[in-house]
Amino acid sequence: MSVNVILEHLSVVVAAICLTLLIGLPFGIFAYFNKTFKVFIFKVTDVLQTIPSLALLGIIMIFLGGNKLTVIVGLFLYSLLPVVRNTYTGLSGIDPAVKEAAKGMGMSKMYQLIHVELPIAFPVIFTGIRIAVINQISAAVFGTFVGGGGLGTVIYRGMANMNMKLILFGTGSLMVMAVFFDTLMGFIEKRLYARTR
Amino acid sequence: MIEIKNIVKQYNGVPVINNLNLTVNDGEFVVLIGPSGCGKTTTLKMINRLIEADSGDILINGKSIHELNGEKLRRNIGYVIQQIGLFPNMTVEENICVVPKLLKWSKEEMNQRTHELLELVHMPYEENAKKYPNELSGGQQQRVGVLRALAAKPPVILMDEPFGALDPITRDTLQDEVKALQKSLGITIIFVTHDMDEAIKMGDRIIFMDKGVIQQDAAPEEMLRHPANEIVRNFMGKHSAAYRSQGEDMTCESLMKKRVYMTTENRKTLECIEMMSHREVDSLVVTDEAHHFKGVVTIDMLKSEGVAGESVGKVMRTDYPTVHLKDEARKAFDWLTKTNLPYVLVVDDENVVKGIITKTSMSKALASVVWGDQG
Repeated sequence: MSVNVILEHLSVVVAAICLTLLIGLPFGIFAYFNKTFKVFIFKVTDVLQTIPSLALLGIIMIFLGGNKLTVIVGLFLYSLLPVVRNTYTGLSGIDPAVKEAAKGMGMSKMYQLIHVELPIAFPVIFTGIRIAVINQISAAVFGTFVGGGGLGTVIYRGMANMNMKLILFGTGSLMVMAVFFDTLMGFIEKRLYARTR
Repeated sequence: MIEIKNIVKQYNGVPVINNLNLTVNDGEFVVLIGPSGCGKTTTLKMINRLIEADSGDILINGKSIHELNGEKLRRNIGYVIQQIGLFPNMTVEENICVVPKLLKWSKEEMNQRTHELLELVHMPYEENAKKYPNELSGGQQQRVGVLRALAAKPPVILMDEPFGALDPITRDTLQDEVKALQKSLGITIIFVTHDMDEAIKMGDRIIFMDKGVIQQDAAPEEMLRHPANEIVRNFMGKHSAAYRSQGEDMTCESLMKKRVYMTTENRKTLECIEMMSHREVDSLVVTDEAHHFKGVVTIDMLKSEGVAGESVGKVMRTDYPTVHLKDEARKAFDWLTKTNLPYVLVVDDENVVKGIITKTSMSKALASVVWGDQG
C-alpha cells in the first residue's frame, strides 16, 4: 500500500508537470514575441502564485469536483509562473548578436526559434521546470483535501490518529522524493549550462 | 554588380541616409568608412534587408532585392558581424553549414564543404569540426564566422566591422586571410569599418560617408593624397599626414643643402681652381652678381678645356639640371639617378640659386622615411 501511495503521488505530479509544459512553454514563447501578452500572462501567474495552494484547490473543486483532476489543474496553475517566466527569460536573454546572425543567415522566425533560440534558452527553461517539479511534489500534499490521494493522505491520517510513524513515513517519502528529483535535475542542469557558457 | 539607387532612410523623421547612390562591381572589395552615425552600417544592412529603406531600390545583378523574400535573399548573401554571433548550441561544423542546411544541401556536400573551408584557414577538420564555439579562441571564432558566411558560396559578402573586437595581432592575420580569400575566390565584399588603417589595407575602393551622404568614393591612395573635403581630411588625420611624409609632398626645398659654393662668371679659371682646392670640392656653381644661375664648372672641365686667364663663363656647362624650390623631391631624385650627376641645383622663381641636393641629402631623406625621422 505504501508504495502505491508514493506512485499515486508521483503520477499526479507527472500529469501536472506535463500539463504545465504543454501550456506554460507556449505561453512563455508567446510572451517573448508579444509584449502585451507578456504583461498580461505575468500578471496572471503572479496573482495565481499569491493564492494559498489549499485555497486554490478549494476554488477549483467547486468547478471540477473532488478528484485527481482538480489536484492536477491546481498544481498546473500553481507552477505556471516558473515555467512561463523562465521560458521568457531564457529566450530574451540570448545574445542579440546570435539572433542577428541567425536572421542574417536567412533563417525564418520559426526555424530560428527551433534551431537556435530554444536550444540556447533550454538550460534556463529547464531550471524553471526543476523549480516547478519540486514545488509540485510538496504542494500535491494538499490534494488529499480535495480527494486527490497521494502522500498527503498518509500524513493527514497520521495527524488525525497522532501516529508518529505515519507522519514520518509520509514526510520522509516526500523529502526523499524532492531531494532525489532536485539532485537529478540539478545534475542535468549543470551539464546543460556547461555547453552554452 | 550591386547598384544602390536613391536610397533614403529616416528614423523618427531624422534622415540617416540621404539619397544614396553607389555601384559596386563584381569582385570588388569596397570599404564603407566614416564616423559613428554616418550611416555606413545602415547602408550595409539595407543590402540584405535587415533594414528596409524608406525609398529607393537596391539591385543585385540587375534584380531588385525586393523580388525575393528577405529570408531567401539573405541565404545568398554572406554576413559577418563584429560580435561574431556563432551559435553556441552548434559545433563548428554545424555553424559553418547553417546556410547550406537552409538551402537543403546533402550531408555529403556539407561535410565536404566544411573540410574545404576549414582547410582554407588552416584549422584542421579533425581537430576543430566537432568543437563548440566556446572552446575556440576569439580569432578562431571569427575565422569560423567568416567561413559560415562563405559556406554556400554567395557571390557577395557583407562584413560589419568583423575584426573590431579582436586583438591587434589576430586582427592583422585575419585581415590578410580575408583579403587573400577575397582575391582568390573572386567574391565581392562590402566591408564596414571605422578604422582607416583597416580600410587602406583591405579596400580596393573606400567610400567615405558622413551624415548619410557619400563624401568621397576613391581608391585608398587617391583618398590619402587628395581628401575630398575637410571632413575626410580630419577623419584621416595622421594617415594623410604620414602618407605625405612618405615623399609624396616632400619638396626640394625641405631637403636641399643651403650652403652652395658659388663663383661669378667673370672669375678666371685659375681663381676657381684655387677656390676648389681651398674648399675641397670639385665643382662650383657659376652665377651672376645677383646669384642668378648661369652654369656649373668642374675641375675636370677646367683641366681639359680651361685656358689660363680665361673667365669660367667660357668653360662652364650651362645645360645643368635645376629644380624649383617647390618641386617634389622626387624630381630631384629622378635627375640624380638618371644622369649620374653628383647633385642638382635648386632655384627659385627668378632662377636665383637657393641650394643643392646631393645624393647624400637624398639618401638621408629616404632613410628618414624608412626608419623614421632621425633629425
